[in-house]
Amino acid sequence: MAWSVLLLLPTTALFVLLSRFSLFHPILWMSECLSLLTSASAIFSFILLCGVVLMVGFFNLEYYTVVPSIACSKIALLGQVLHPRQFVHSLVHCIMGVVVAWCCAFTIGGRYRSLGHPCTQDESSGPEMCLNEYHLVLLLAGAFIGYSHSLVGVVYNMNYVSFHTMQQYKYLRFKGALPLVVKASAVQALYCLRSFLLLYFFMGYAPRAWICKTLDLSINSSIHSLDSVSSLLDLSLLYHLWISGTFLLLTWYITVLLFRIFVTEVHITPLTPYNASIRPTAFLALQDLALLSQHSPSRRLEVFSLSQPGGHPHIWTALSKECLSLLSDLTERLVAHHDTVATNGRAKSQSTGSNKRSTTSSEGSGSYNALSLSLKNAAFRKCSDFVPYFITPQGALSPGFSSIQSPHVMRRGPKLWSASTGEGQPRGHTWLILPMDYFLTHCCLSLQLPEASSQALFADSQVHIWALQGLSHLVAASFSEDQYGIVQTTLPTILSTLLLLQEAVDRHFKLPHTSSKPGHCSCSMGDDSYKTLRFALRSTLKTAVYRITATFGGHLQ
Amino acid sequence: MHHWTKYVRVVEILRIVCLLQASVVYETFLTDAHLRFEANLATFYRIRKDSPALNLYFPRESLKPHSRQESSSKSAFRDHCETLYTRSAGAWRDAGLSGLLNEIANSSAEVPKWLGVSSSCVLALLRWVSSFHSSLFPHLTLSSEEMTAEFSQVLDWSDCAVRGFAWHPHTQKCAVALSDDSIKIYNPKSATTPTLKHRLQRSVAALQWKPLCASALAVACHNCLLVWHVDPTSLSTRPSSGCAQVLSHPGHSPVTSVAWSPNGPLLVSASPRDTALLVWDVAVESCVPLHRVGGGGVTYLSWSPDGSRVLAATPSSLFRVWETRMWTCERWPSLKGRCQSGCWSPDGSRLLFTVQGETVIYALTFTDNPGVPLMMSGGPKAATVVADLSETTLNTPDGDIMVGGEIQSLAWDPRGERLAVHVKGDAGAGRPAMIAVFKTQISPAFKLLPCGFVQGEAGTEPRLMQFNPNYQHGAQLTVCWSNGKITHVPFCFMSAGNPQPGLGGSPSFPLTQGRPADYNNQTLYTELIS
Repeated sequence: MAWSVLLLLPTTALFVLLSRFSLFHPILWMSECLSLLTSASAIFSFILLCGVVLMVGFFNLEYYTVVPSIACSKIALLGQVLHPRQFVHSLVHCIMGVVVAWCCAFTIGGRYRSLGHPCTQDESSGPEMCLNEYHLVLLLAGAFIGYSHSLVGVVYNMNYVSFHTMQQYKYLRFKGALPLVVKASAVQALYCLRSFLLLYFFMGYAPRAWICKTLDLSINSSIHSLDSVSSLLDLSLLYHLWISGTFLLLTWYITVLLFRIFVTEVHITPLTPYNASIRPTAFLALQDLALLSQHSPSRRLEVFSLSQPGGHPHIWTALSKECLSLLSDLTERLVAHHDTVATNGRAKSQSTGSNKRSTTSSEGSGSYNALSLSLKNAAFRKCSDFVPYFITPQGALSPGFSSIQSPHVMRRGPKLWSASTGEGQPRGHTWLILPMDYFLTHCCLSLQLPEASSQALFADSQVHIWALQGLSHLVAASFSEDQYGIVQTTLPTILSTLLLLQEAVDRHFKLPHTSSKPGHCSCSMGDDSYKTLRFALRSTLKTAVYRITATFGGHLQ
Repeated sequence: MHHWTKYVRVVEILRIVCLLQASVVYETFLTDAHLRFEANLATFYRIRKDSPALNLYFPRESLKPHSRQESSSKSAFRDHCETLYTRSAGAWRDAGLSGLLNEIANSSAEVPKWLGVSSSCVLALLRWVSSFHSSLFPHLTLSSEEMTAEFSQVLDWSDCAVRGFAWHPHTQKCAVALSDDSIKIYNPKSATTPTLKHRLQRSVAALQWKPLCASALAVACHNCLLVWHVDPTSLSTRPSSGCAQVLSHPGHSPVTSVAWSPNGPLLVSASPRDTALLVWDVAVESCVPLHRVGGGGVTYLSWSPDGSRVLAATPSSLFRVWETRMWTCERWPSLKGRCQSGCWSPDGSRLLFTVQGETVIYALTFTDNPGVPLMMSGGPKAATVVADLSETTLNTPDGDIMVGGEIQSLAWDPRGERLAVHVKGDAGAGRPAMIAVFKTQISPAFKLLPCGFVQGEAGTEPRLMQFNPNYQHGAQLTVCWSNGKITHVPFCFMSAGNPQPGLGGSPSFPLTQGRPADYNNQTLYTELIS
């Protein structure tokens, strides 16, 4: 977050330069910009902007998730948008948009400077304060862009943090993503501006009248009001609106980007049998497992070692048990989903399917509340420079105990209102009128988003992918590195689990409504890798099976 | 692979088989000086029986190359009655900004004068800038086809009937890219030979099978990458284009090299026009561009067999070695020319590479453990010359022949015991293109011994070569010849610890020349163990 505040400085300077851009007076332009940047009022608005960025960072931290909540139907999506939590998010972003727009207006100066300006309506009444509509338009545009940022964030799951297959240093990742972010914010600002202008053209009189009434300003009748085609197509106004919108989105997107980069950074988790057991509740620990199994022979040796008194392979047992339970969990989920679809008729299956799916997704997100909590803790510790990453309190549990406990955690998870609307809403209306229920259900069905069910099933598949990678690499490495043969004892279980999962995944991909190819992204900043997780899972699974069989080869017979 | 690195006294048979129309015409056995020929004949025939010969022949006349110049057909079909707007939109879509400006400048009668003049000015400015740019990087002036031919590993790519060849890493299956832009897949165990054709599959520069997968084949095409998923159990001979994933990225054309990571889902691709190396996650069709300053493009990629490093050659005298854990790179500048080809030892510790315009092979040794970033580890400081293949004259029973010259490509067999070097030769100077084979030893010290030459029928030259990754009895080099034939040259060596005592005389070997007696036991290069 400190970085995003620091980066605000060059961005603001760039904004000042661009907003006051004049081609024909370069020297005047430069000197004006310099004097503006060093003035006290500029520093004040800069502090204001810092506050906004910190707020955005705080909201990122509060709202991000590693398991996306996927709305199965349009009604569920509407539910997400109207959720009180989301409402707070939108409201605050709206206000922050206004604040940033005010700063922009102040920086641009000229006719945008203040809300009121003295004017003389007619000679008799003398000077009075009139509304400066340019300023108002800029503020409203800020509010609109802030709100649409929040809205688009929900629709495209912008709070979802994905993990990359490729590890890169933070600086390099940032450098690589920066041009994309600039482009995304410019394009997004353009789209927002278009919608805003349409909205203002039709509805512009309402906020104008309201502001005039509350602040006791009068409308200058000598100047045309801005909600006409000719005055809205003023090039300089458009340019200033666009550049302000881009500036706003850019600062926020950079904050989001930095946040994502810092959260998904690899942590090295110490290997002990005890904290190995709580791996499913720590995304980062699982990622670490996948990496260590691939790159670090010395840490693999630790996995294959026996405990000193007793000679039990505690670490390996705990690891393999957790990974296998994760995978068989997924298999069960897939088989259950397939059964509901296969046994019932098509139309009916969808309704039950949607109910089931939404419950599973709600359960899923519930169980990972703890997880995202631990992730957040990790992020907090990072901010406050607690370097070693320790495991959440459950770390003290014994391996067996935690695996028993995890289903309880699953069931106990709070149901999110947004995710369970598919189920909750129709039921809530049963006591009203039956046709109403019928209508709602059918509404739900007709509004079903394609592929959403499949996406929801695989929403948390990143853990499965890491579990698969970690297991298969460890097993492959055990061929030459495992001195005590501890992996061999679990090999049949691992293989059968993998093959069962393979079968389930294959069956899932043969269902109608599941496309067999990844689609292409629509939103440039929202991370849509959750949509393609199932394809990644499928190919990882295949590779894992091949890796084990290719390593052991004839020995498996 | 560590048990292969132990050096053993090797018994060798070099067999060169040339086949006409898939039937054996003649074959020659070449035995090493240490070898008792008769004793191994039995082994030899057994080998022949259980490795089904995939000898293929593609006469050039049977393949119709597509004479598709991007601009030639356009004028024939263009409807000239289109409005300016439609034409501009088309030009923008086809050729981007410069195309649009060109269109506007050309149709000055229809546009306002200021627009025509200003677009001509901008166009002139663009041309000036791009000429400046291409004076820095001369390869940018080449057309796409020329660029592919220039940077391909295939000798004389544009004239080749067989433009690409890839063995499957796990089974006896191979894919052959032909000059009519189709790819055929041969599997000796199945009767069907699927033919892959796709609208976007033009001027195939390279192809590679995905490791740890039965069916995925990556193809570097004119302006995209195709990843075919060919189900091995399917009976279809023409898999639909729906079986192919199309991976494209703006500015990434033509693609001249692809490489799969040996243990993961990643694929890297390179284009001489794009300064970025693209790392694809194929399953989700997303890519991460890795930009670095300098070089002006990426021409050739080679992933080390242990997966820890990637060699990336550029069109200028600079190449990079990427480390795949955190994707940092090490620059290797100040060569005489661009890096033409390179290959890794099976354990990923050694990189051999050649430089355009030079006749020597360089070696780099990486001793660090792969996890550490390159900059911090004690990587190599300088490359060492391990072999010099400059022109020499050899005395053979058939008379003197000239061998040596510039090196086109390198291939190292998966066990690390044979190195094949494709020498360009010079037909005018009487030096035919040929393949020189070296014996190699990796541990305890790197050694390189001359072994022999592989030559084809009279009048043919090798164009492309690759080692078969799963040959049981030693190493098998697959060579594509200029007349469209594909033959396999096995090098049978046994891991016999004791040397064969009785030294029989070598039988005559009409097609294999150049085995000077004094070179026989002389090591060409031995690394000094410090």
